Amino acid sequence: MPDQHLAGLPGPIAHNEVVPARAPWLHRVRRGQTLRIVDLEGNQAVDFLVYAAADDAERYSAQDTIAAQGNLFLKTGSVLLSNEGRPMMTITGTNVAYHDTIGGACSCESNTLRYGNHTKSQHACVDNFLDANVRAGRGKRDMVSNINFFMNVPVEADGALGIVDGISAPGLMVDLRAEMDVEVVVSNCPQVNNPCNGFNPTPVRMIVSEAA
Amino acid sequence: MSQTANPYAARDHARAQGGTVVEAMPTVPAAAADAPGPVVWEETLAPGGYASRRLARGTRLRLIDVHGDACASMLLFNAEMPTERLNVADTLKVQWNGYLGAGKLLLSDMGRVLMSILDDTAGTHDAFCGASSEASNARKYGEGTNYGPHPNARDRFMLGVAKHGLGRKDVHPCVNLFKGVRVADDGATLPEIGPFAPGRAVTLRAEMDLIVVLANCPHVLDPRPEWTVTALRATAWKDAVTAPDDPIRTSAPEALRAFLNTEDYYAR
Repeated sequence: MPDQHLAGLPGPIAHNEVVPARAPWLHRVRRGQTLRIVDLEGNQAVDFLVYAAADDAERYSAQDTIAAQGNLFLKTGSVLLSNEGRPMMTITGTNVAYHDTIGGACSCESNTLRYGNHTKSQHACVDNFLDANVRAGRGKRDMVSNINFFMNVPVEADGALGIVDGISAPGLMVDLRAEMDVEVVVSNCPQVNNPCNGFNPTPVRMIVSEAA
Repeated sequence: MSQTANPYAARDHARAQGGTVVEAMPTVPAAAADAPGPVVWEETLAPGGYASRRLARGTRLRLIDVHGDACASMLLFNAEMPTERLNVADTLKVQWNGYLGAGKLLLSDMGRVLMSILDDTAGTHDAFCGASSEASNARKYGEGTNYGPHPNARDRFMLGVAKHGLGRKDVHPCVNLFKGVRVADDGATLPEIGPFAPGRAVTLRAEMDLIVVLANCPHVLDPRPEWTVTALRATAWKDAVTAPDDPIRTSAPEALRAFLNTEDYYAR
């Protein structure tokens, strides 16, 4: 039986890996390659940062991306812009209606505000980002607003917003074409206090395809 | 003979400029007749200007949109540990709301309160769209350099943080005061650019010892073809650290825990 997760990728498979639940992941994606993220079991938030491989002071900017497209939601066609206003990656396809980039990453510290001090010792996305980034020579200054693939953060008319039940499902995907050589840093979100992971963190699959 | 032909003449020429008054300038020593406490900072930022300043815990910072077309883009750092800084995503998420205004907190990435918004007569602010950049200003105005006629907020921030020993990596996502963005049902960002009535004001309270960085450049979603922005006045005065029964401190369980974390940090 063919591997359904590989369908439609533009070229030969350069990398293929399942990231365990709760784990960080760092990978270099070359210009022209496509990164496909597969939400294997459904509604698993994938916290996502991008750094320019040539100069990691250039990095994904949620605010530049939102301002340029005039919309909070990331969809097919959204261009992920750097803080220099340059395209880093393009969402070339996704079968989820939209993805979040305003909700940020969970942290031990913000968990104490949102849920109480009993959550301070729980693992969190910022610790995953730091774990991966510190090993790559980066640090806390490199933490900026991230993308949350497969996470749903609606904004109501009065500005009310929050992480609510997801709109993804098992096997749904997002494809990102690198527009420059980038380092992708992921936290496969370990949060268990809100519905971003359906209260149950699960693995995700990362597939890198060469260009056609 | 030229007024600046030799060092003596040049010195006299330079000294004769002292005392010149323009709209956009600091007042030193700091003074402001309309401040309710001992003034520690009084400065009017030019259109396209910037400033960075240390403020002690408890200090009030009042920003005034003098002529109705200022855009106060702001970065915040914990002055003694600048790796702790404003986290816009946490600010919105923890308070369950995307719109800034009176009673709202500006939160750090360490679960603490950097500033509280005490008063706000503007009501149009933006935590979504961030700073203009050289690229975005070049697209709209033809260029956007620090040395040209259309400076951008991000590069003003870069200079502002550099004067406190920080660098490009420290220019984090910002908030924009006085220019607003609302969100439509479909997620579209709806700019509220004005121009507005002159004299709108926002007063904030420093909840930690801070480095505040301000840039006053046209909002990134400003639809006008001309680079348009007017002066921004900043006034800071000494005042008391937030009391236990402060209404903002006790306004929500998340707010109270953020203040408790902040007070815990200063338990030393």
